[in-house]
This record gives sequence, structure tokens and C-alpha cells, in this order.
Amino acid sequence: MISKKSKEAFFNPLSKDNPVLVQILGICSTLAVTASLEPAIVMGISVIVVMALSNVIISLIRNTIPTTIRIIVQLVVVAALVICVQQFLVAYDYDVSKQLSVFIGLIITNCILMGRLEAFALNNGPWPSFLDGIGNGLGYTIILVIVAAVRELFGSGSLLGFQVIPQWCYDHGYENNGLMILPPMALITVACIIWVHRARNPELMDN
Amino acid sequence: MTMNKNSNSYQILYAAIMVLLVGTVLAFVYMALKPKQDENIANDKRRQILSAIHVAAANDGEVKTAYEKYITGDLLVDVEGNVADSAQNVAFDVDMKNNIKATDRKLPVFVATLDDGTKKYVIPVYGAGLWGPIWGYVAVNDDGKTIYGANFSHASETPGLGARITDDPAFPASFEGKTLFKDGEFRCVEVMKRGQKPTNDADYVDALSGATITSRGVSVMMEQCLTHYIAFFKKLQSETLNKDTSHDIEEK
Repeated sequence: MISKKSKEAFFNPLSKDNPVLVQILGICSTLAVTASLEPAIVMGISVIVVMALSNVIISLIRNTIPTTIRIIVQLVVVAALVICVQQFLVAYDYDVSKQLSVFIGLIITNCILMGRLEAFALNNGPWPSFLDGIGNGLGYTIILVIVAAVRELFGSGSLLGFQVIPQWCYDHGYENNGLMILPPMALITVACIIWVHRARNPELMDN
Repeated sequence: MTMNKNSNSYQILYAAIMVLLVGTVLAFVYMALKPKQDENIANDKRRQILSAIHVAAANDGEVKTAYEKYITGDLLVDVEGNVADSAQNVAFDVDMKNNIKATDRKLPVFVATLDDGTKKYVIPVYGAGLWGPIWGYVAVNDDGKTIYGANFSHASETPGLGARITDDPAFPASFEGKTLFKDGEFRCVEVMKRGQKPTNDADYVDALSGATITSRGVSVMMEQCLTHYIAFFKKLQSETLNKDTSHDIEEK
């Protein structure tokens, strides 16, 4: 059931072939939704769901898709899934759907999705494609969560909305770093993560 | 497969079937989730109305109970300021988007009774921001003149700039206590760039820097929507006057 290939499809994107850190895909949404932890987690889960399902669907119909319109077919499948996710969010988590607003819709254009569909699902069976989708989604979510945790902790002093930094720190002159909430800090945080990641994986370093 | 996958007919057929299938699935999802979504949207509206009278509620259940507790009246008034309709939820069900364009415009008013017994009149406003619609709720004191509180929302203003009409609590708060009437004339509170003043001596609040058009939109929205209520406000004013004088007589 779990061949070496499937294993690789699942585990590679978590670190060695991470979509954000190594392929530098999906950066736009990483900047946009990571000011606090909750939307980042919801966004991550949404991407995992859309990615896994679209990978499976495309993989199932891969032999019937006319090559000339394959991108359109992929887009329609992804768009349909994203709209479903969006509708579910409006129905079951209205506040988060308001916070994420356009970014859920922008999953459609998330480069990770199209990249995986083109590079993997079109040439592989449904099971490895499913694992690949989950793996890449998780790889993306991990980075999103780390960035969001750092930004929320130092920007607002809280995690998931709960105050983490105790009041006496503020009494002694500690202040939240407003810069953390602004988009540039997401870039810098991602860059720092990439730095640490490269340092620990010498095979990824450019010569 | 014997069919040529790259023939025109195959492609067109493939696309057509795919679109039909996807369309059906989406229509089904939409229909299935609609009631739940409508409820969320209605609850969000209640939350906005409550926010105009400074009542905060944490979750959906609380919003509902607080709304039932504080919003004691739900009416439509006419241009002469008389109550035209007070059936249940008659104001709540007005869709402001279509209403501002309608020729027989409805004028919804939500009457709120606070813990101390004072009445506030919450009036919905709707207008245009920079990228899309903006709307809000303005609570007016029972003197028919001064603003008690306001809440603004937007569909797609720029985060960090125009979106601050919602996100920055200081902006709606700056409307509090401003008056809509000067010397008995309607002078709607205006949103002005820092350092500028309205020419007609109206009250004003500071615009948001970097969001000139959204700020202007709020100003125009208030003016255009509240103008229709002048007669209603004047009625409130004369009522308070009467109340005050009768009170004086009693005391004497």
C-alpha cells in the first residue's frame, strides 16, 4: 500500500522539497494570511483539502483529458473545489471567512496547486497523487503556521487569540512590535526560516 | 480509447460535460448551505447594529439574545417622519443595496432601549467606498440631533487603508457626540482631511490618512442617507422639547 514512491510523495514536500522553502511557491498567500494564527490554520487546512481532492480528481481523469485544454480542466476542477470550501466556511465559520475573504478565492491561483497538478497528478495514480497533495499541503501549512505563530506572538503578544505574554512584561516596558503585523515582516520571517532550513540541509545550497 | 483525444469534437464535448457536471455540483452545494449562510449574514448584521449602540457580544447566541433585549423597535418611517410600518423585522429585512436606488425608498429605523431606559435610534446607511460598497449603522440620541455611536463595514476596501473604517475603532468612535443639526438646520457631520473645515459650519471628524476616497465615501453616505430622515429627527427634537417643558411645569 505504501510503496517507496508514495512515501517520497508524502514526505519530500515536508522538508527536502518543501513548496514554500525550496520551490518558493505560494509566497503571496504566506504573506497575506499570517498576521495571526487562526486564519493561517484555516487557510492551511483549506489548501490541504483542495490540493488532495484536486490531485485525486485530476489523477483519476488524467487519461481522458485532452492535452490542449488540460490547464483549463485543472483550473475548473480547482475552482469548483475552492468555491465549495468557501461556501462551507461562510456557512460554518463566518468570522474566519470574513478575515480570509479574497485569499480563499486566491487558492485557485496558488502556484503550488497548479504546479503539483501539472508535475505529479497528470502522470501518477490517484493514491500517490493523494499523498502528494496532502504532503504538499502540509508542507505549506507548516510554514504558514510557523510564520503566523512568530508574527502573532511578537506582534500581538498572543497565540490563537489567547494572551501569552504576561501583563508584568508590559508593566516593565515591553511593547508589542507593530512591525510584525505588517506584510514585510512575513517576508523577513520566511527568509529567516529558509536560511535556517538551508543551513541544515547543505545539499540544497547553491554553489 | 479509439477516439482521438485531440480532435475538436472530443475537446468541445469534454469541456461541455465537465462544465455541466461542475455546475450541478456547485448549485447543489450552494442550495444546501444557503439557509446556514443566510443566518450567519443576518447575525453579522445584528452584531453591527448592536455595535452602533456600544453593545458587544462574543458569540452568535449572545448576539441574538442581546439583539432581542436591546432592539425594542423595528420600524419604517416616511419622509414626513411618521411611522409607516412597524411589523416585526420590517426594518431588518430591508435590503439597503436595492433600497437606496428605489424610487419609493423605505426608511428603516431600529429603536434601541438601553439598560438605563434611554432610547437610541439606529439608522442604516449605505454608500460607495473606493473598491465596493460601504455601509454602516448610525445611532442617534433621542434628542434627534447628536450621534451616540456608529459602526461601519465594507465589502472590499484596502486592508490597512480604507478598511480602517471597520478595523480601527477610533474612526467610528470619532463620530460620537457630533451633532447633525446647527441652528435648527440639517448639517450632516462631515469627514474632513486634517486641518480642513466644512464651509457650512457643520461638525466634522478627521479623515483616515491614505484613504481619501473611502473617507469621502463615508461622508457622502452619511449625508445622502440621513437627509431622508430630517423630518423624523425634527419630530424627535420637538418631542424632547415638549418633554423638557412639561417636565419643567411639573417641577414648578
